[in-house]
Amino acid sequence: MALYSEKVMDHFRNPRNVGVIENADGVGEVGNAKCGDIMKIYLKIENNIIMDVKFETFGCGSAIASSSMATELIKGKPVSEALALTNKAVAEALDGLPAHKLHCSVLAEEAIKKALQNYYEKNGIEYDKTKFPNCIVCHGCDC
Amino acid sequence: MTKKMKQIYLDNAATTKTSKEVIKAMLPYMDEIYGNPSSLHSVGQQAAEALLDARCRIAKRLGCTEKEIFFTSGGSESDNQAILSAATIGERKGKKHIVSTAFEHHAVLHTLEKLKRQGFEITLLPISENGLITAKQVQNAIRPDTCLVSVMYANNEIGTIQPIAEIGEICREKNVIFHTDAVQAVGHVCVDVQKERIDMLSLSAHKFHGPKGIGALYVRKGIPLTSLIEGGAQEKGKRAGTENIPAIVGMAVALDESCENMEKNAKKLTKLRNMLIDGLSAIPHSVLNGDREKRLPANVSFCFEGIEGESLLLLLDDKGICASSGSACTSGSLDPSHVLLAIGRVHDIAHGSLRLTLSEENTKEDVRYTVEAVKQVVAYLRGMSPIWRDLISGKKEFIIK
Repeated sequence: MALYSEKVMDHFRNPRNVGVIENADGVGEVGNAKCGDIMKIYLKIENNIIMDVKFETFGCGSAIASSSMATELIKGKPVSEALALTNKAVAEALDGLPAHKLHCSVLAEEAIKKALQNYYEKNGIEYDKTKFPNCIVCHGCDC
Repeated sequence: MTKKMKQIYLDNAATTKTSKEVIKAMLPYMDEIYGNPSSLHSVGQQAAEALLDARCRIAKRLGCTEKEIFFTSGGSESDNQAILSAATIGERKGKKHIVSTAFEHHAVLHTLEKLKRQGFEITLLPISENGLITAKQVQNAIRPDTCLVSVMYANNEIGTIQPIAEIGEICREKNVIFHTDAVQAVGHVCVDVQKERIDMLSLSAHKFHGPKGIGALYVRKGIPLTSLIEGGAQEKGKRAGTENIPAIVGMAVALDESCENMEKNAKKLTKLRNMLIDGLSAIPHSVLNGDREKRLPANVSFCFEGIEGESLLLLLDDKGICASSGSACTSGSLDPSHVLLAIGRVHDIAHGSLRLTLSEENTKEDVRYTVEAVKQVVAYLRGMSPIWRDLISGKKEFIIK
């Protein structure tokens, strides 16, 4: 289908890092079933490095592809880099997303931020709260 | 990804393959008899004859006279014109109330919304969980100021067939114009406008193996139409523009073909449909949308808990299956299908929908392959769904038991 780029279809058909990390250092879930997409990110962090990352997603093709790409972009990277990941970077790495699907890349960014926030809270690490949206909104639909 | 794969087309409610006979019948009206039926010379008059012949054939199939058939660009235009015409008639008499249903096609719903902004009052009847309305509901909703009842013959997503003859009877009794969007029904089930007391009916050729971009509106004698397109005197001045003769001829041939084979096709399709329904019902936490019996012979519609429809469609496409979904993501909006919401499916469930609509070209083998493919894809997507994890771990309760 021409709706998506080859990159999106590749990550949708062969998603990287699908699954769960037992005893993860940080877990973040965003979205809701009512809107049709939920993303859950699991992080394994050692010495400030994202040693492993897994995801579970309920959603459309671009939601699954965005999760897959986002996990690839942060795996093995320092926490600071993961924190700096933008939805734009995810969408660009996928060679673009249709306009009405951009919220999927936003969800990916927010899921990672939420998982990192969870990691900070769990470990009592001080962090700059302004860098995190205090309310993860579901973009594009009124729920 | 260019490997050749068998393709199984199961999206016949979206559109159908044009029949070979139809294509053959259309060709002469492009390269030999290409005249304008309004022209006085012989090439034009031959086209005019073809136009009249097609009109008569279509009228005969619907049980009306040729004078009651108006050609349009398709179902949407027919719906728009029928509703706006009835509204104009109503307004003149000070009647500005319309009764319709919550799960109509957008060609109806959006036209009604437009009328609402112009001061009309619209009652949308609720739909039962099995996708049906009753004549009694219509009867109770009709008021002294009701100028139109518009109820679809068969629903485009879940395939349920409404009690049209009973509704027609009530409307005739109460002297209210009755319009039905029969786009999914004509050519697939017996439609008789006289017996069913239908005053206006919309149909579209490409839903029964005819060409795209052509349809018709049946309007009972004596009901004045309002034209949407101004210009020449075509279609008795109610629809300007040179008639699309090849498409009109194609539509007549397609309808004849569909009606002649209706009984045989319906029998075959019903068998295949039931096989599909039985096969898909075996998937845990799945539910059939719409009544099992009172539905189009070719329609199957399901919801699967814990997954999202677009992913399902894309992966089925990878397996060579062309399907459709009431899923929002496919249409560019995030809201799930208004039809599924109307029959009471909650958002979470409505997102995981699949519509498979058969044609007589499909085989038992296609059905078996499709059932297996859907089972695999649903299981795969559930495997990566955080909702599914919560459901099977007991953290959340299943909505579909």
